[in-house]
This record gives sequence, structure tokens and C-alpha cells, in this order.
Amino acid sequence: MAEFTLTKDADGVALITWDVPGKTMNVMSITGLAELSDCIDDALADDAVKGIVITSGKDGSFAGGMDLNLLAKMKEDAGDNPAQGLFDGTMQMHGLLRKIELAGMDRKTKKGGKPIAAALPGTAAGIGLELPLATHRIFVSDNPKAKYGLPEILVGIFPGAGGTTRLVRKLGAIGASPFLLEGKMVDAKKAKGAGIVDEIAADPVAAARDWVLNAKDADLVKPWDAKGYKMPGGAPYHPAGFMNFVGASAMVHGKTKGAFPSPKALLSAVYEGALVDFDNALKIEARWFTHVLMNPSSGAMIRSLFLNKEALEKGAVRPKDVPDQRVKKLGVLGAGMMGAGIALVSAQAGMQVVLIDRDQEAADRGKAYTETYLDKGIKRGKVSADKKDAMLGLINATPDLEQLKDCDLIIEAVFEDPAVKAEMTKKVEAIIPEDCIFASNTSTLPITGLAEASVRPEQFIGIHFFSPVEKMFLVEIIKGKETGPRAVAKALDYVRQIRKTPIVVNDARFFYCNRCIIPYGNEATRMVTEGVAPALIDHAAQQLGFPVGPIQLGDETSIDLATKIMRATKAAMGNAYPASEADDLIVWMEDKGRLGRKSKAGYFDYDEKGKRLGYWKGIHDKYPLADEQPDLIEVQERLMFAQVLEAVRALEEGVLEDIREGDVGAVLAWGFAPWSGGPFAWLDIIGAEYAAARCDELTAKFGDRFACPALLRDMAEKGETFYERFDPEAKAA
Amino acid sequence: MTEAYIYDALRTPRGKGRKDGSLHEVTSLRLSALTLNAMKERNNLEGHAVEDVIWGNVTQVMEQGGCLARSAVLASDLDESIPGLAINRFCASGMEAVNLAANQVKGGAGEAYIAGGVEMMGRVAMGSDGAAIAVDPTVAMKTYFVPQGISADIIATEYGFSRADADALAVESQRRAKAAWDDNRFAKSVITVTDQNGLAILDKDEYMRPQTDMQSLGSLNPSFQMMGEQMPGFDAVALLKYPHLEKINHIHHAGNSSGIVDGAAAVLIGNKEFGEKHGLKPRARIKATAKIGTDPTIMLTGPVPVTEKILADNGMTIDDIDLFEVNEAFASVVLRFMQAFDVDSDKVNVNGGSIAMGHPLGATGAMIIGTLLDELERQDKQTGLATLCIASGMGAATIIERM
Repeated sequence: MAEFTLTKDADGVALITWDVPGKTMNVMSITGLAELSDCIDDALADDAVKGIVITSGKDGSFAGGMDLNLLAKMKEDAGDNPAQGLFDGTMQMHGLLRKIELAGMDRKTKKGGKPIAAALPGTAAGIGLELPLATHRIFVSDNPKAKYGLPEILVGIFPGAGGTTRLVRKLGAIGASPFLLEGKMVDAKKAKGAGIVDEIAADPVAAARDWVLNAKDADLVKPWDAKGYKMPGGAPYHPAGFMNFVGASAMVHGKTKGAFPSPKALLSAVYEGALVDFDNALKIEARWFTHVLMNPSSGAMIRSLFLNKEALEKGAVRPKDVPDQRVKKLGVLGAGMMGAGIALVSAQAGMQVVLIDRDQEAADRGKAYTETYLDKGIKRGKVSADKKDAMLGLINATPDLEQLKDCDLIIEAVFEDPAVKAEMTKKVEAIIPEDCIFASNTSTLPITGLAEASVRPEQFIGIHFFSPVEKMFLVEIIKGKETGPRAVAKALDYVRQIRKTPIVVNDARFFYCNRCIIPYGNEATRMVTEGVAPALIDHAAQQLGFPVGPIQLGDETSIDLATKIMRATKAAMGNAYPASEADDLIVWMEDKGRLGRKSKAGYFDYDEKGKRLGYWKGIHDKYPLADEQPDLIEVQERLMFAQVLEAVRALEEGVLEDIREGDVGAVLAWGFAPWSGGPFAWLDIIGAEYAAARCDELTAKFGDRFACPALLRDMAEKGETFYERFDPEAKAA
Repeated sequence: MTEAYIYDALRTPRGKGRKDGSLHEVTSLRLSALTLNAMKERNNLEGHAVEDVIWGNVTQVMEQGGCLARSAVLASDLDESIPGLAINRFCASGMEAVNLAANQVKGGAGEAYIAGGVEMMGRVAMGSDGAAIAVDPTVAMKTYFVPQGISADIIATEYGFSRADADALAVESQRRAKAAWDDNRFAKSVITVTDQNGLAILDKDEYMRPQTDMQSLGSLNPSFQMMGEQMPGFDAVALLKYPHLEKINHIHHAGNSSGIVDGAAAVLIGNKEFGEKHGLKPRARIKATAKIGTDPTIMLTGPVPVTEKILADNGMTIDDIDLFEVNEAFASVVLRFMQAFDVDSDKVNVNGGSIAMGHPLGATGAMIIGTLLDELERQDKQTGLATLCIASGMGAATIIERM
């Protein structure tokens, strides 16, 4: 026995300890399930055992959840009937947890069972909480850092080991919804308040031992196993419950725009389960859980949002032989919005930061950004005054470049002008240590060109943040032609320190993310010029799972930024530049001073406070609404192909080296249809053959920008998927 | 083929569907039986005079449950050899009862039927029978379910009807209903509801507010804005189905939507031989019937496609119809009908409609067929069409032709 061990003491308490070797936090595996089952059988069968306590051998945590690879394996192992394999596997899990819940009691009299308590030293997530929910009482430690919840929904599935059914029966549909639908994790106090756990104790194992030795038969009977059970808040056809359930469907549908399969399946499991007894409800939960796992979306989401995201964060693409490059002192050049944000997240990670701007006042303004941010945190009770002082103490706002002399990383975030950047590079390189890495936060200028100003181009790199820095999870690292491995390692180690997700790409116009985002926005504005209703365009994107539509995004990022990028691209590309009506539109908007949210006028009208009022109808003076509006699907495909074809071209051209980065990056940087797992995963879901055929149709109808890339054509002919052809794990092996 | 004729049509007055409504003390069973008895008495229906009683009713639970049709037959003075069929096609249940009966007669399944329906909305709350379409996520999400009021507001948004358009229609409905009562135009159809001692309880529609004007309606808040825009946010669901709309324009309120009332109605339908046998004169023939399914989200546009269908199926055009009854479930439903067919409002709901007098769900379909027939006779016109929008996206229609 390795993952679960059973010890029995003289008082008759059997202690089952979960302690997966080699892991800092327990995760459930097939072996684990089998071992746990054996332990339970042993303890239940042993007359000397009076009660059972399940705990963890890990300090500060019980378990992080299911080994998500296990779900893929259950599916694989079932051969040509994966649904059966998943359903049977899930039902087996239910069988085990139900065995714990009923604890050997007589099913009629509900007597004679052995008390089983869970003693959680800390964090319990996913099946790490579903297992305790099946016990008779949950004791948690007073560890303030511990979090409890069921976050499965965030990776495209839902709690499928009875967590859905038990939590709804415990808390009611409304009470359970923040945990099930939002994957909310809460601390011990809130978990107890919500009724997820029963008691907080300094020594949960001792408290649990005590409890099992004194528990009565009635203490072992779950409300849903007792006679006359009524669901809190009402079941679906109870008058109060009816309104809740009607509202739940509408709310989930409206909020998720119908783009995500798992909330739908979760709701069905809740609804259908609420209409029957507990054991049938578990079976229903298992069927919907299987349904979600059979949907390609869940596999793609788990792969991108969990497995590959984590792999990239842990350094999957980091140069192997470079020693630890963690940053001790960071220099940030430019205290504007980006620089201020970079200073904030770096100080948050405990780094010393020198925040530079042309004069003290400008530098102080940048630092004040952190102060405002922390004050908000204090107001919400998330930040202590001490923490604020400590963090502000880490930021040295100054116009004095000499202060940079002992920095080991510089991030330049000055005005997007090559000459200004070159001058700063030279000035700063004269001051900083020779081994200091110099990074530019440019979003549009090629790194190789900027590196020309550097005397150490192998130490020059791009670290591209997204705005607002403190909210966006992705950082795009760009290797210039001469960028060396230590610079890459430095950037990656830094990103790891600030707990964001990195991707590493090669240098090319707009790198990877903006390369995809810009044609997406262009396609949207092009449609406006064709007379497509702006609402239809934004709604089409939202129904694909994008958090905001591209027209609204145009107002958020500002229209003069779009014209600036357009002009720069035009200048750089010369005759090769594909001019379009979309350019005329943004120039016209710019001339009218409708620059977006910042000017309180753009594609939308705004009130004085900057609140969006509605689409600006004046746009139709120049571009009248078409009488016949296109099909939603056509609008969606134009928006999708505009992005994914750029992603494919970036891969073809070697800008992307790893499809995992293309997928994770797209979802995190610009909210690319998260349910799909990213552009490559999306193409795999629809199939290369279909995609190539659609490219041809879209090209015929709308132009060459939809021309099928050779790589995609080849894959269509061979019937390949990206994750087969570019299998990242095979490459790593 | 055998023809199906209308020999008689009658209805109860409509009582306010709440505690202070006159019919609130009357059971669904009693009102149904009383309506059937009136039909029996007026037409001497002794013994097995009709093949069946087809009774429409939407909320078939509690006192309206358990096949109310059969209970009502047994509670009435009709012969026990007449069975009883309870049906539900939501707001068109009463019409569907008539259409089913007509088609049974046409097909030769018996000589005559009583068809109609009842709804005691103040006693058995609308929606209290549950509904999977509203609450089961598999179908609620597949159909982009929103409540009817939201659907009515989608119609207004999609087809460009303003709050003023809807309010004007409501004011006109009230004006026409009052004029009709003042002119005694419902006398042929409306029976007095009496108690077990023969004492009168109600003899006139009591929901009407003839003093209604644009100003008084203007003060009412939209009824569906809160549930649309805030909790639980049905507009977001509506916009998933109608993505070209920027937002939903909420124009409906209690004053331009149909009223919640209690009431019952019945129609006597038979073939030629039936009339001869009982010495009854046919008033009209049921020329055609139709039903159709439509988009369940916008839900209430059914009258347009079902009218297109019934006309096409019978080689008719809209100009062949002299008068229309289009159930005033919500103002936008009628506005859309008139817009789609470009028909003059003088021909539509001549004596007011459900906005003024109320909409007893299971009975209305039978009621408006009777109202249409009365008005065709009064104006000495030939052909009329009645139609209703129906929950979950359906439509039903009947064309009658005077003899």
C-alpha cells in the first residue's frame, strides 16, 4: 500500500491516511481508489474497529483533486466504447463513496454503521472534497490559507464523484450554485458558514477521533437517506423551487452564452437528480458526467487550461541547462499604465522594483497605481495595512537611472517609438551590470530591430504583457534573432515569480497574439462596412465564448490604436499591404474623434461617466445596415477563421514552436473560445478536412485572406489533427 | 365529405381572476357543468345527443385535473353515456377542441360534439402544473426558453412596435369592448352564471376598464423589464436566439397584455343530419382548421404562419376573409398580425379582445369563434378567421363561413 494506509489503535479507531508518494499535494488515481476501497473494507469488517477517520499525510492540505490524466485513461481503456468505460468507472467511484456514506449500516433500520469522519489538515478541492462529503462529518484545520471547493467547472467538467448531487442536497440548488457553477473556493470559516464542512478544529484528527468514538446511529444518517427529506429551497416542481430552476437555466444560459457544455450538463444533472431518490440521482450525475467527458470540449479544456498551462508554468519550454535566473531586483523603464502594472505585479511577488520615468512626478504617479490597487484591496478586506507598506517599500520610484545599477532584469515600457526605445536602451545599458537581461514590453515592434540598439543582443528579449497587467494571466516572451538561452530562462523564471503563464515565440510582426487579434478585429470592422449589424458581430463572438465582442473590444483598446497599427503596418509592408474598407472605417471614426471608450464616443455611445449606452447609430450614415443580415454561423466562421488561420501561419513560419503555446496563449491572452481549448484544438474539433473546405468557400466569397495554409491543406489530405502531428509529449520524449 | 356546422356557441361572462372576482367562489367543475347545461337546454340535447365533450383547459391540476371534461359531464345534466376528453394546447385549447370536434364530424366519427373549455385562473394559478420547457435545462436551453411576456417584447423589438403602438391598441380594445356591451352585441352568446339556487352571480364581463386612455396606460411600468434585464436575465437568452438585436425593448405591461380572468365557453358542432334530427338550424360551417409549430423563443408569432397555412391549404387569400379574431394575448401579437397581412384594424377584433375583457386560457379559443360568428351575423358578412398565438411556439386557426 502506497497512497492510502490504514492503522488501527487500541481505542478502536481506524486511521486511513492519504499520502501519495512524491507529490506535494494528494491527487486521486486509479490505484488510490482501489487502495481506499480496500482500507474501508478492512475497517468495516474488523469488529475491533469502532470508527474510521480519513486524513491526509500532507502538511496543510488534504487533496487537490483528481488526476485529470486518469479521466483520459478511463476513456482510452474502454476501447471502442469509451462512454461505457467512463460511465462504469464513474459508477465504481460512486459505489466506493456510497459504501463510505452507508458505512455498513442496515439499509432499512439505518442502524449498525460505523462512524466515518474526514479530518482535513487543509485545502481540499475536487474529489478531495467529494470524498469528505461522503463521510459523516468533516473536520477541518484552522489553517487560514486552506481553501475548500469544487473547481471542476473551470476546466470544462463538473463535480462527477457525487459532489454535485451531495452539495445540492445539502445546500439546495441556489446555495450550491456558486460552488458548482463558478467553482468558488472558500476558506474554512466560509466553508463552515455555507455548510460544506462541519467543524473547525486546531487538531482535526483528534476532533474527528473523538467524534467517531461518540457518534450515535442517527449521526450517521445523511438527510437524504432519512425519511421525509426535502431539498432546501425546494425541488424543481415545488413552487419556490420552480422559479429557482427556471431562473438557473436562464441565468446559466445567458451568462455562458450557451458556449460551454459543462454548465448545461451540470444543470441537467442537478435538475434530473432533484426529481428522484439519492441513488438514482448519482446514476444520473454519472450519465451527465460521462456526457461531458465525451464532448471533445472537455478534453480540450483540460488539456489547455489545466495540463498544458501548468506544464508551461513549470518550465516546459525553458532552456534546460541554464541555472536559476530568478529576479532579485527589477528595473522598469516608463511608469505609464504598463510600467505601473509591471511594477505592481513584481512587487507583489516580493521583488525590489526601480520604477523609472522622466521626472519624479511621473514616476510617483506610476507608483500610486500600486497604492490605489492596494487601497481597494484593504477596503475589500483582502490586503492588510502591513502588506501595503511592505509592498510600497519595494517600489523605488525615481527619475534617476543610476538607481538601476544593481538590477538583474530591466523591462522597458516606454513610448512605442523605435528611436525613443533605442536611446533608452543605450543609456540604461551603460549603467546596468553586464549580466543584466534587458527586455522590451513592446507589443508591435520587432525585437530583432530593437536589439540593434543593444551592445548585448543575446541578452535582449521581448516580454510582452497584456493590459491590465494585474488582471491578465499571459505573458508573451519573444526571442529576437540573437536572443540567447539565458535571456529566455530569465524571462521565464521572472514570469514564474509573478505567477503568470508564459509562452515563448520567435520574432515576427506582431509576434503571436497580436498577429491573431488584429485580423480578428479587422474582420469585424470589415463586416460593419458591409452593413452587418454591430450587435450581430459582437453577439456572434460572445456566443463563441469570447468575453467581449470585437466591436466592443475596438472601443476598449481604442480606435486610434487601430489606426496607428494600420499605418505602421502599411508603412512596413508597402505595396504588399492588403488595404480594405475596414481601414477607411477606422480612419473615418478617428477623424470624427470617436476614439472609443476613452473619448466617450466610438462604436458605442457613452454617458458622461463612460457607461456604454448602445451602438452608435451614426455609423449607418456611412455604412447602412444591410436589409438581409448574414447567418450567425457565417459571421462566427469569419471571426474564427480570421484568427485560427493566423495561428496556423504562425506555426508554419516557426513563430510558434509549440502548439500548446498557441492554444494556451490564445485562451489566456484574448479569451479565444475557451471551450475549444484554443485555435489548434478548435481546428482539431472541427477537423482539418472541414476547415480546409470552409477556407475554400470563405475565400471564394470573401477573399484571399481566408486562403487555406499549405499545412492545413496537407493535414486535411492526410486526415491528421494538430495534436497528432505536433504531439508535444512525443517531441519532449 | 361531410360538413361540420356550428349550431350554437355560448360563453360565460369573464370574471376577474382574483379573490375579488365574481366567479372566484365558483368551482371549475360548476362553471363547466353550468356551461354544458346551458348548451343542453338551448338545444334540447337529450340522451346520447352528442358523441363526446371535448374540453380545453391549460392548468390541469387540482380541481382542473383528473380529466375535468368527464367530471363536468357527470356533474351536468348531460347523459352519462357522453364521455369527455380533456385537452391542452395552451391558449388555443378551446379552439383546438372545436377544431378536433369539427374534424371528427367531417371524418364521420359521430354526428355532433360539444367543444369548448374552461379556465379559472384565479383559482388554479397559471403555471402551477409545472412545465418541463421552462425548467428542464435540456429543453429550456435548446429552445432558448423565455417567458411569454419577454417573447411579446421580442416581437415588438424585432418588428418595430413602440410602446405607443401597443398602448393605442389597448385603448382601442377597451373602447370597442365597451361599445359592444353598450350595444348588446354579446347577448346571443353570454349566459348568466348562477348558483345552485338559481341566484345570479355574474352576467357581464367585469374585467374591462373603459376609462382607459393613453395617459393612464403611460403611467404603468413595463412588466417584463426586471426579469429580462436583471434577475434572472431572460433578455440575454433572447439575444442568443436573436443576435442581430442590440437589446430587447420592453413595451408590455398589465394594460396592454391580456387579462387574467375566469370563464368558460362551448360550441355545438354537428353534421347536417344532427340538425335535422334535433330541429336545429346551422349558423355557419367550419370551413377549415389548422395548427403549426413556430420558433419557441419568440413564441407568439404563430398566428401569421398558421394563417398563411390555412389560406394556402384551402386555396384562399387574406382578402377572402371578412372579419378576424386575433387573440389579444399581448398587443404586439395583434400588431404583428396586422402588419404581416396588411389588414385594416376595422376588420380585426371588432368588439374588443382579451386585453379589455380577459383571456381565460383554456376557454378563449372557443369564445372568439363564437364572438366572430356573432359579428359576422351582425354585419351580415360571410367568412371569418379566428387565430391564437400559443405557448411554446405554436399557432392555431379556424375559418368559419356563414350559411
